[in-house]
Amino acid sequence: MTEAFLARHVGTDADAQSTMLDVLGYHGLDELVEAAVPRAIAIADRSTEAGAPGSIPAAATEREALTELRALARRNTVRRSMIGLGYYDTITPAVIKRNVFENPSWYTAYTPYQPEISQGRLEALINFQTMVTDLTGLDIANASMLDEGTAVVEGMLLARRASKSRSNVFLVDADALPQTKALLASRAAAVGIELHETAYDLDPATIELDVFGAFVQYPAASGRVWDPSAVIGAVKAQGGLTVVAADLLALALIASPGELGADIAVGTSQRFGVPMGFGGPHAGYMAVRKGLERQLPGRLVGVSQDAVGKPAYRLTLQTREQHIRREKATSNICTAQVLLAVMASMYAVYHGPRGIRAIAQQVHDATERFASALQNAGIEIRYPSYFDTLSARVPGRAHEVVAAAYRRDILLHEVDDDTVSISFDEVNAGDDGFSQELAAAFGIEWNGRSVPGRGAIPEQLARTSEYLTHPVFNGFHSETAMMRYLKQLADKDYALDRGMIPLGSCTMKLNAATEMEAVSWPEFAGIHPFAPAEDVQGYLTLIDQLETWLAEVTGYDSVSLQPNAGSQGELAGLLAIRGYHHSRGDERRSVCLIPQSAHGTNAASAVLAGMRVVVVATDDLGNVDLDDLRTKISEHADELAALMVTYPSTHGVYEHEIRSVTDAVHAAGGQVYVDGANLNALLGYARFGDFGGDVSHLNLHKTFCIPHGGGGPGVGPVAAKAHLAPFLPGHPFAQRIEHHSASRAASDPGAGGSRPGMVVHAAGPVSAAPYGSPSILPISWAYVRMMGAEGLKKATGAAVLAANYIAARLREHYPVLYSGDNGLVAHECILDVRPLTASTGITVDDVAKRLIDYGFHAPTMSFPVPGTLMVEPTESEDLAELDRFIDAMIAIKAEADAVGAGEWPTDDNPLVGAPHTAQSVVVGEWEHAYSREQAVYPVASLVHNKYWPPVRRVDQAWGDRNLFCACPPPEAFA
Amino acid sequence: MAAPEQLKYTAEHEWVLVDGDVATVGITDYAAEKLGDVVYVELPSIGSDVAEGTVVGEIESTKSVGELFAPVDGEVVEANDAVVERPELVNSDPFGDGWLVKVRFTELPALLSRAEYTALTGEWPPR
Repeated sequence: MTEAFLARHVGTDADAQSTMLDVLGYHGLDELVEAAVPRAIAIADRSTEAGAPGSIPAAATEREALTELRALARRNTVRRSMIGLGYYDTITPAVIKRNVFENPSWYTAYTPYQPEISQGRLEALINFQTMVTDLTGLDIANASMLDEGTAVVEGMLLARRASKSRSNVFLVDADALPQTKALLASRAAAVGIELHETAYDLDPATIELDVFGAFVQYPAASGRVWDPSAVIGAVKAQGGLTVVAADLLALALIASPGELGADIAVGTSQRFGVPMGFGGPHAGYMAVRKGLERQLPGRLVGVSQDAVGKPAYRLTLQTREQHIRREKATSNICTAQVLLAVMASMYAVYHGPRGIRAIAQQVHDATERFASALQNAGIEIRYPSYFDTLSARVPGRAHEVVAAAYRRDILLHEVDDDTVSISFDEVNAGDDGFSQELAAAFGIEWNGRSVPGRGAIPEQLARTSEYLTHPVFNGFHSETAMMRYLKQLADKDYALDRGMIPLGSCTMKLNAATEMEAVSWPEFAGIHPFAPAEDVQGYLTLIDQLETWLAEVTGYDSVSLQPNAGSQGELAGLLAIRGYHHSRGDERRSVCLIPQSAHGTNAASAVLAGMRVVVVATDDLGNVDLDDLRTKISEHADELAALMVTYPSTHGVYEHEIRSVTDAVHAAGGQVYVDGANLNALLGYARFGDFGGDVSHLNLHKTFCIPHGGGGPGVGPVAAKAHLAPFLPGHPFAQRIEHHSASRAASDPGAGGSRPGMVVHAAGPVSAAPYGSPSILPISWAYVRMMGAEGLKKATGAAVLAANYIAARLREHYPVLYSGDNGLVAHECILDVRPLTASTGITVDDVAKRLIDYGFHAPTMSFPVPGTLMVEPTESEDLAELDRFIDAMIAIKAEADAVGAGEWPTDDNPLVGAPHTAQSVVVGEWEHAYSREQAVYPVASLVHNKYWPPVRRVDQAWGDRNLFCACPPPEAFA
Repeated sequence: MAAPEQLKYTAEHEWVLVDGDVATVGITDYAAEKLGDVVYVELPSIGSDVAEGTVVGEIESTKSVGELFAPVDGEVVEANDAVVERPELVNSDPFGDGWLVKVRFTELPALLSRAEYTALTGEWPPR
């Protein structure tokens, strides 16, 4: 019997919904949502359009969706990739695949903002940071970047912030990865940085040095291993900083960037056990020398201590980030690639320093053996020093050699007519039969007995320094030990497999097992991002369908799935607006209006798109202040580029005047960017494109079920109206440059000669890979396919119902700060804790930490309003779990009132003492004003199902004042 | 440490102690409390010229960033190294050891009295 997937995804059944509707005084879901969503923006009944071209097919069962995904997978062809260029085949240790990649304890967790319930993944991330600092020879690494290409861009921006040079010029290695060069070009142009491409192998005296920074690819894209220390030293002497993109596996054998004098190292950790996945997701990395840590973008894990002085991990130096510093932040990136960083770090834990070195050596030896075979046959290797990549000179025959290899199921990279590049990796290095096939493609003899000469790494560049010396990299090399270490860490954390994560604006809904199935299939996981188009037809079809469906549900014409996170979607959307204005000669339009209540990322993204942020006031309800908007528009009329507005607002309310807002911006020649963070409140009931949006980003990791991975991966598609579509991100290696366009006009201006119904996305890339992180797109594809348009609408209704049910039940205990029409909220509600603080001294932190003792992840704290909790239950929680949360909140309120009434001292009560570890209630004398039972079992149900936090409340200030961002010595935990 | 009543104030929640042509500058107890636990202080270098109303430094807590505005035109003659080493001094002794910079000024602008300042913040500290 096949149950409709809808009933598996939505937690509340018809009976539960009717109970909840009774509490609210409504008769049906539609009636409720229609009462909440302003009539002016609600879409007409679209159900009659089912089956129309471009619309979403009727819901499939889980089994049917998997069958279709299998059929798509069969249309991808997995060949042995030797393309290299930053993506290498790798062996994911099965113990990591099963216990991390496919384990909801890891992939359904949220970004570790609440350190007490995140110690497991924070430890895994500090292992990642330690691995990166060790291998790069630098002092501090962050907890991952989105990919290598964007990490190089962030390195460039960091160099500009930190350099004392007044120059506006950044040197770019001529022998860098082509996708990195393309990214640098489009990102530098937006912020007015001039790039000078330089061949560093020329006479160093000719290298231009009046620069704020320089970029070096190490080893180079051609495979060449060379010593960049003279270039680095010369740039430094002029006050510039050098960014080195280094291959982590190569660093096991060659001198580290830190030893060569680099200030910043970046790259990817993909080949540490993370499948290529047609481009992503993978964890990029960034490390810096001491003194630059406050300039780092992204998350940084540090060591602090808890309330009883035990070491505890937390996210540190958060004031660098966009959510606090807004347009002055070090970057717009928020979430990065935690799940993938965890996998890469565990690869290093599992193999240890000797294992990593052995893998690197094996790859290098295979490369050297093949090089000597080529040379013996008279084929020249362009650079005699290399790690894993050879540039083979085959004058006039490159195309022919690549084709011959293709027939043998091997993918090579055709550099030019005369040059083929060959990259070895962990998978093909150990396979002699494979080298024989490869030799045949070159038409040469293969003598498997040839012995490597060990001369391809210059002596002065041989790695002599140690790495991965910490015990964590030296104690878990048996599978039993590894499995238990992963379990031990997972047990410290609170993820969706334990209970509700009611984080407002984060949409922590179900990540269904069926949706996750295809991610690790080899036909999706084992594909190089630059594989030929004929090998990726299944992927291209899936991408096209998903783009079409997302355009349909948002009312836009064309969608790009390339952005690797919401922040990158914002940037891509704003760059599209910039491109559009510039194409019309409107280069003065550079002002971006952003409401006071906006998420900080908006402002940070605007700056990176070369825009100037002007803040628009919001009224007491958190809505855009129309008078102030009109004033700001008239002040900046000629310069107005865009307004960024979140809908429903960041206050969780359906703003009534949204059409007046978008009309006013359009009337002044501006474009409207609608932030799709809160799309879960709208899907099926209203469409951004219908009420004035010109461009939006969506978050597939919120609305469309991609799991949060403990802080990444994410996918932030950008969706645009036809006039902006030609300015969406393209990519030099895109297998297909045309994208679906709902606008049928054959003569779209700027559509680049594309066919009717199609448009060429022609702007520069925003990600290293053409389709961002394609291997996780089957998740969202399966979600839409199994829900159908009607199911998506019902999910929205259930989400709005759940939020309003919580608001209604908790209103008498905590004021609900904002509500819209008919007193209703959207998909989330803000509970005001400030009156409680005023009357009892109990703060929002105390309530959040006490929720841990009750077995909950706290809601979003103090955003968008300090002293409040923003609750978003999503459609996936059932009524019992919603009630359990409500009961916990009511019980906590009663505890706070007891403090207010003087029953417990203000400095000794279960709230200020929260969270309570098991150790805290069993070790030593109990000398508190409340009982042990009250501390850890405040409600009876916890006796049967209890989450035990591993640490007491973490001291935030101590961690920032005593910065330490690598694995602490084991004696620290004694 | 001067008594709060003897200090001058700005609307940016800074206090100013005038001694001859040198103004000692810090942030008020109200500002320190609102910022939370201060973890990092960045101050202008000695000898640098500052202009009234411009940002010359930063005071960071774990959750927010406060800007240090120059309350006067002049030249920085001293910066409090102790507070750079131990940022928590801003919380524990905002009017004393938590002072931030000393500026030799040319002309003293109009500043607020204690009463005028507390009119901005409400009664502080609250009772």
